[in-house]
Amino acid sequence: MRLEEHLRARRAAGRPLLVPYVTGGLGSGWLDVVRAVVDAGADAVEIGIPFSDPVMDGPTIQEASQRAIDLGATPAKVIADAAQVDVDVPLVAMTYYNPVHHAGHERFAASLADAGIDGAILPDLPLDELDPWADAADRAGVETVLLAAPTTPDDRLQAICDRSRGFVYGVALMGVTGERKRLATEALEMGRRCKAATDRPVLLGVGISTPDQAVTAAGAADGVIVGSALIARLLHGGGPDDAHAFVTELRAALDA
Amino acid sequence: MTPLQRGAAVLLGPPGPEPLGLGRFGEFGGRFIPEALVPALEELEVAFRASWASTEFRDELAGLLANYAGRPTPVTECRRLSERLGVRVLLKREDLTHTGSHKINSVLGQALLARQMGKQRVIAETGAGQHGVATATAAALFGMQCMVFMGAVDVERQALNVWRMRLLGAEVVSVESGSATLKDAINDALRDWVASVESTHYCIGSVVGPHPYPWMVREFQRVVGDEARAQCRDLLGGDPDVVVACVGGGSNAIGTFAGFLDTDARLVGVEAGGLGLESGQHGASITRGVPGVLHGARSLYLQDEDGQILEAHSVSAGLDYPGVGPEHAALAATGRAEYHPATDEEAIAGFQLLAATEGIVPALEPAHAIGWLAREAGHAVPHGSEVLITLSGRGDKDAAYVAERLTGEPLS
Repeated sequence: MRLEEHLRARRAAGRPLLVPYVTGGLGSGWLDVVRAVVDAGADAVEIGIPFSDPVMDGPTIQEASQRAIDLGATPAKVIADAAQVDVDVPLVAMTYYNPVHHAGHERFAASLADAGIDGAILPDLPLDELDPWADAADRAGVETVLLAAPTTPDDRLQAICDRSRGFVYGVALMGVTGERKRLATEALEMGRRCKAATDRPVLLGVGISTPDQAVTAAGAADGVIVGSALIARLLHGGGPDDAHAFVTELRAALDA
Repeated sequence: MTPLQRGAAVLLGPPGPEPLGLGRFGEFGGRFIPEALVPALEELEVAFRASWASTEFRDELAGLLANYAGRPTPVTECRRLSERLGVRVLLKREDLTHTGSHKINSVLGQALLARQMGKQRVIAETGAGQHGVATATAAALFGMQCMVFMGAVDVERQALNVWRMRLLGAEVVSVESGSATLKDAINDALRDWVASVESTHYCIGSVVGPHPYPWMVREFQRVVGDEARAQCRDLLGGDPDVVVACVGGGSNAIGTFAGFLDTDARLVGVEAGGLGLESGQHGASITRGVPGVLHGARSLYLQDEDGQILEAHSVSAGLDYPGVGPEHAALAATGRAEYHPATDEEAIAGFQLLAATEGIVPALEPAHAIGWLAREAGHAVPHGSEVLITLSGRGDKDAAYVAERLTGEPLS
């Protein structure tokens, strides 16, 4: 399934897009969490491949990553597991550049493609260093999603939107992932700027934790990514049912 | 030529070569960081390039280095140690700078740049605490806000420096994540910077990180090598046979090497051998690392078969890092510099040896270089060789730790 094609079709149907993030290998039932969020109305699922030094992540996803690694999660195992999940929306791998570099660009891209993972997000691989990976990903048919930040100047934002595949990930605040009490003031402006630069789907993520925040953010873009708020529920003992309930709540708010 | 003396004017040598492309040293270096930071790094690169070519900036920095930091530092001839080892040993005395280590050289330069860019807040990571102290010192001098990230393990073993930083007005954040050492302190400093970049300068302490840091910090540290080269010519009538420095991230080593790259001197970096390479408990990222990308640069890192970064181990907090600056990785690849480990035990022995023979207590980091020379004198370093070692810092911060290790009980 093509990520961008799928998201464009859902957007065309008038649906605000919702992409939950799930840390791969976080407990033996993590694939059930993926199935649960899809059943609750996710339009795609971001699968975190845990890395030892996640500098774009706040405490919640740091803890989830470390817990998954301690439970034996490796890039190869998470990718192999994801191949088994059999859901009707695209999967997007989110990891850091070192595991990709270590495996080798061609090999990593091929392993994603073989597992049916359609996209990749590497938050520490900016546009200027992108080509060796993105070329390999393009050849393998893996769509590389680029991030735009509130500090990104307009000309660079345009280049990012042009080179991104699948969707454009607008970082909704200055900071790392994690729940925030309020939606950042930068969020809406980020959404508007990306939308003005591209026709590709634009999703806002980072610091979007509640149904209200999701609705407000989605109003300035095509949809939202929700990670830490979901992962926090799993870290505090929640399972697929809790994930289902939370995503159902987000979906209902977005569709209202 | 007049010998360089304390109180004399500091002469900054001409700028060294810029890395190629986007901060490349051979196949290493680069700028692998979150998008939010890209504009700040571009701004810093432009500001540094312009300042480093400007007489006004260089004069102001040279004035601070002379009148505040106490440069030039002397080169001390070690008569009793030389007799003991059968090689002629000279020490470049960075331990005698204000704040007690070479870190002040780069921090003063970065503080000037921060002021020029209108940044009122500086953040830093620190391992042994020397860079944190230097940054807190510069922040006090310039009236800037300062926050220092330090691994919880290091907060414990470097209590004196933690107190010094707080005295200087810095906020010290104890980092509990990961291995709770230098690597994790850098992670948390980067996380802060992603949120604060518009008001904050990240004062990186070593020749690591994204472009332009490895280049900029090397240029600010090259004063060590440029001075030492002139001083060696006075003392020896030529260049030393061997130039030795300890390597964690590698800033004192690269600054020293920069003065000798175009000579015939052998350049030796001494890495943390920890409990021995076979134990897996070490910080020898050149000897045992493989190419990877961490903290913004492609370089050599200790990592497992999946590309997860491993925890380093060293008795010295300043070498307890699973990576190394990209220019060192490039110098190792071309063979212009060689890198060897010295173990914790050898470093402790070097610490005691220098104190007993010369009345100089080194920091545990350069004690690795002393320990390596003590091991290799008469072997890899032939008797009669002339050897320059950069003594990157003084050992006060380590005294309590070493005392406890040697006697089995804490100093009361």
